Amino acid sequence: MGRVSSCKSHTRGVNLWRILIHYLKPHWALLVAVMVFQFAQSMASLALPTLNADIINKGVAAGDTGYILGTGGLMLLISVGQVAGSIFATYFGSRLAMSVGRDIRGEFFAKVGKFSERDVAVFGTPSLITRSTNDVLQIQMLVLMGSTMLLSAPILAVGGVITALGLDFNLSIIMAVSVPVLLVVIGFLLSRMIPLFRLMQERIDRINQVLREQLTGVRVVRAFVREKTETARFDEANAQVTETALKSGRLMAFMFPTVLIVLNMSSIAVLWLGSYRVDSGAMQIGTVMAFLQYLMQILMAVMMSMFMAMMIPRAAVCADRVSAVLHTEPSVVATTTPISTKSKAGDIEFDDVTFAYPGAEKPVLAKLNFAIKAGTTTAIIGPTGSGKTTMVNLIARLVDPTEGKVLIDGVALGDLDMDELWTKIGLIPQKAYLFTGTVAETLRYGRETASDEELWKALEIAQAKDFIEALPEGLAAPVVQGGTNFSGGQRQRLAIARALVKQPEVLIFDDSFSALDLTTDAKLRQALARELPNTTKIIVGQRVASIKHADQIVVCQDGQISGLGTHAQLLANNAIYQEIVASQMTAEEAA
Amino acid sequence: MSNAAPQKKSAARMTAPSGAMGGRPAGGMGGRPGAGIGMPTEKSLNFGPSAKRLLGRLRPERSRLVLVIILAVASVTLSVLGPWMLGKATNVIFNGAISAKLPAGVSKDQVIAGLKMQGKNQLADLLKGMDLNPGHGIDFNALSQLLLIVIAIYLGAFLFGILQARILNVSVQNTIFKLRRETEAKLHRLPLSYFDTIQRGELLSRVTNDIDNVSQSLQQTLSQVLVSLLTVIGVLVMMFSISPVLALIALISIPASLVLTSLIAKRSQKLFVNQWAKTGQLNAHIEESFTGHALVKVFGRSKAVEAKFAELNGELYKSSFGAQFVSGIIMPSMNFIGNLVYVGIAVIGGLFVANGTLSLGAIQSFIQYSRQFNQPLAQLGSMANLLQSGVASAERVFELLDADEQSADPVDAASSTQRTGTLTFENVQFGYNPESKLISNLNLSVKPGQTIAIVGPTGAGKTTLVNLILRFYELNGGRITLDGVDIAKMTRDDLRSRIGMVLQDTWLFKGTIRDNIAYGNPDASEEQIIEAAKATYVDRFVRTLPLGYDTILDDEASNVSAGEKQLLTIARAFLSRPTVLILDEATSSVDTRTEVLVQRAMAALRKDRTSFVIAHRLSTIRDADLILVMEHGDIVEQGSHDQLIKQDGPYAALYRSQFEATDA
Repeated sequence: MGRVSSCKSHTRGVNLWRILIHYLKPHWALLVAVMVFQFAQSMASLALPTLNADIINKGVAAGDTGYILGTGGLMLLISVGQVAGSIFATYFGSRLAMSVGRDIRGEFFAKVGKFSERDVAVFGTPSLITRSTNDVLQIQMLVLMGSTMLLSAPILAVGGVITALGLDFNLSIIMAVSVPVLLVVIGFLLSRMIPLFRLMQERIDRINQVLREQLTGVRVVRAFVREKTETARFDEANAQVTETALKSGRLMAFMFPTVLIVLNMSSIAVLWLGSYRVDSGAMQIGTVMAFLQYLMQILMAVMMSMFMAMMIPRAAVCADRVSAVLHTEPSVVATTTPISTKSKAGDIEFDDVTFAYPGAEKPVLAKLNFAIKAGTTTAIIGPTGSGKTTMVNLIARLVDPTEGKVLIDGVALGDLDMDELWTKIGLIPQKAYLFTGTVAETLRYGRETASDEELWKALEIAQAKDFIEALPEGLAAPVVQGGTNFSGGQRQRLAIARALVKQPEVLIFDDSFSALDLTTDAKLRQALARELPNTTKIIVGQRVASIKHADQIVVCQDGQISGLGTHAQLLANNAIYQEIVASQMTAEEAA
Repeated sequence: MSNAAPQKKSAARMTAPSGAMGGRPAGGMGGRPGAGIGMPTEKSLNFGPSAKRLLGRLRPERSRLVLVIILAVASVTLSVLGPWMLGKATNVIFNGAISAKLPAGVSKDQVIAGLKMQGKNQLADLLKGMDLNPGHGIDFNALSQLLLIVIAIYLGAFLFGILQARILNVSVQNTIFKLRRETEAKLHRLPLSYFDTIQRGELLSRVTNDIDNVSQSLQQTLSQVLVSLLTVIGVLVMMFSISPVLALIALISIPASLVLTSLIAKRSQKLFVNQWAKTGQLNAHIEESFTGHALVKVFGRSKAVEAKFAELNGELYKSSFGAQFVSGIIMPSMNFIGNLVYVGIAVIGGLFVANGTLSLGAIQSFIQYSRQFNQPLAQLGSMANLLQSGVASAERVFELLDADEQSADPVDAASSTQRTGTLTFENVQFGYNPESKLISNLNLSVKPGQTIAIVGPTGAGKTTLVNLILRFYELNGGRITLDGVDIAKMTRDDLRSRIGMVLQDTWLFKGTIRDNIAYGNPDASEEQIIEAAKATYVDRFVRTLPLGYDTILDDEASNVSAGEKQLLTIARAFLSRPTVLILDEATSSVDTRTEVLVQRAMAALRKDRTSFVIAHRLSTIRDADLILVMEHGDIVEQGSHDQLIKQDGPYAALYRSQFEATDA
């Protein structure tokens, strides 16, 4: 759900400035170029009314046709210069904005690459995706709009005021009044409107939520005869949206008439005051006309940049979200002085391991002690939330324990080179996620040098040979993102095969048989036992049938080990295990 | 939920005023709608009729709309008159300035004659066109009168403009409010089969995004099209009345900017397509890498993944730079044409004033008009896109509103006074589409209090049976009776209030646990709710929650597990006190201990009620009074567990396969 729920939080924009300064710095030359060209084109725009004034004052008033034509030619040249200036400014502005976007994205991606699973969990994967795509885009858009419109407004305003001052000080006072008035008026309207827009978004979200519930629950709504309640719920949300829309519409209605009235009243003031200046001979009529045009240009520029400024609060929220990620220190850090393991057997030991999320009341795992002997099969079972997946993540060092340590082949994971650890481990995660590519590429994900025979062998063990063989392209068959062109069960088997191809010392199955039917499940386990007798296997599962033949079964409960032993032992003396078994099998089966 | 859509909306809303600024089409990366250039606008199938129908929906607002038009005409007329009046004021100043330099007491003709004698023909020409009063300075009386009129004119335009916008806003919001309401009401009248034929996401998008889009485009187009159109007309009239020659110069800018814009747009469109493609590739890579974060690490692919990212990121940089640059040129180019026109008017207009055919004030007002002229034109262009997309959305909403509805309830509906739970199927025939019958001839008689277990492979028609009892679908033949009355002759509300249901997907709405339990029986007292919660093992875990029964359930409710949600749906059915119960036993990965509770709760619910259970558990099946074995929509076997095992038919086979696999 990529909805910009971001809009809800308030921000002072500190992070936005930090990000902008940090990422603009390397491209300072581009920024300078943008400014120079923006300045040039703004000055050119301002020169036109002055020249027009000259045409009137010196040409028209004196009846000098030659002067009119000559100045006209000059105006033409300046127009060409102005368009050239804007095009260059756009060129450098686009380059600047895209560079900033590219750089932020790059650093963001690299940062997430260093994150542990715990760090990822803090933000959530969907949120990380939104942040790296949409949020960065918003910042990039701000830089783009900023370097084209936001920047030119102050230049135009300052330049306009300077030019105006040069022409006539007294008339410039009008600008000194009308620009702040316009700023205040628009600022006031915007400050009222932006919260309304936010509220509007929230209420639209609400209406969409009610509708989504109605659609997904259409059977329940009808079965319980709740259509009228639902309609009432919807009507309430609908009325709220309409109310907010009316409110913001009322404010919007003020926007343009107000801007126009400020502009028009200023023009009238210019003419009125100007007439006295002309009468006293201090000013010429053409200059008054030029003034009218400056006023128009400057007020328009101010107005434009005010609207552009509406992007800032939104971009500021995005900047907060992006910098939160950029400023997170990865919780798993590779050691600089790695020790190598002596044996390559796959012995694993949990030594007083505790794991807690920061700020959590209860640890996920508390003081865990147990060992897994190389070449054996260990099963971990227990209710959801009992810490099974965390145990798996600890072994793969996707998270680090808060206390105690996990050892593999006698070396603490923290002292081991990460790459060395990860070559030892084959992980089949709960969600069998496959990457885009072909079946062969998928299987070779952990070991690119594997031969076709090795791939087929792995597929055979994983009970995936049949359906891959049945594909017309075989190993060259495409795998779409996430592997969604395969069924859940097929995906799981491919994920298992992928881990097998890697030939790790330890295989970890994190609830990896859940989508398999019981027959396939059984065949797969038999094949694993037969073909990979020396590999350490760790099976996390819910199904008693999948795990009852393990060498040892770890029963988890509330972050602690409530029982450890074989199926028969646990069945005899562990109450929780008995309960689990009883819920899945009838008495005679369990016996 | 699609990612892009809601953001599109908020983007459109946040930048709503930008359209009125005639700003550059905000063709940002990623492509927001409403941005004119290079956007793939959705084309409506039937623009004319749909647009007409959309406008037709505004009919109840017609008196307001007439007022809006009157106000808009008044407001635009006044604001168009403003520059003309200001031009007159300029003339007064100019005349005064020139007059002051002339000796007092002579007439204008004498001055001109004098100038011609001196050979100053050009100056003489200039004065010919002026209203001079030699010797006198600026006529401040006339000037202040004029300026006061201008103030009045602009104030009038201001007030009418605000009124117009506010009234229009009310009309549009009323219309959208009704459209939303009608759409929602329609959802409840659609037959369930409609929901099968259309993807849920698609339907959701129609009732949410499309209506939003209609609202946005209606709001923006109506107000701006009207004002822009009137302004263009008014300005054209004024320009031609001042000077047809200058007006023609200003008009040339239209085809010129059109040609230029379309030339650039053509190039930028290609670049945008490329940019979208690259954006898509990069986003896909990000999504994949983040989703498979752990895998990337454990399989040692971090470096490869980063290298690919760098490559894609670089490509996106190049392509989006190109697209932004080329589309960014449009605005300066339009400005350039505007400036050319400006120079042309300044020079030619200057010449006209010099030879006395035009007044200086006229040139000044003309310059203002020419500046006002391009802006509404550009807006009309971008409105066309917005309107196109709005009508396309409206069309999809209309399609939904036009969909066939379920048959109305019978007028003189029958109802049964007894509530025992006797249910019969008599020669029932049914198919989701009439050509292929799923159920050809089903007969079944269920006595009060019996438990019927329905077993069979996926797609055998188990859910269909449930759908028919609840009359979610109409039969093709035969009849179903409940307590002796044909269910087709009852009102749907009457029928469904007698039936309780617990489905596999645990649908709960966003609200408190209490409200969710009371969903089927809103009149229930607190005691009844807690009683139901206790009977179904809900009370136990609710009490461990900090907010208890006031805990809000929503999509992200992590404090309530899948199994607990299931318990809640059971409590909900329990409280609705149905005579007939339909249960779909879940096979989802509810953890094992909660599962035990779910089973017990279901058993409590079934007690003394006629129950249909889509059964997955041997224990349920064995305890059932009657087992229906379904295959391909037909009941291939029925009887008790022992009878069916003895028969050694499909049921026995099914039973053995499950039994043996579990034991493996």
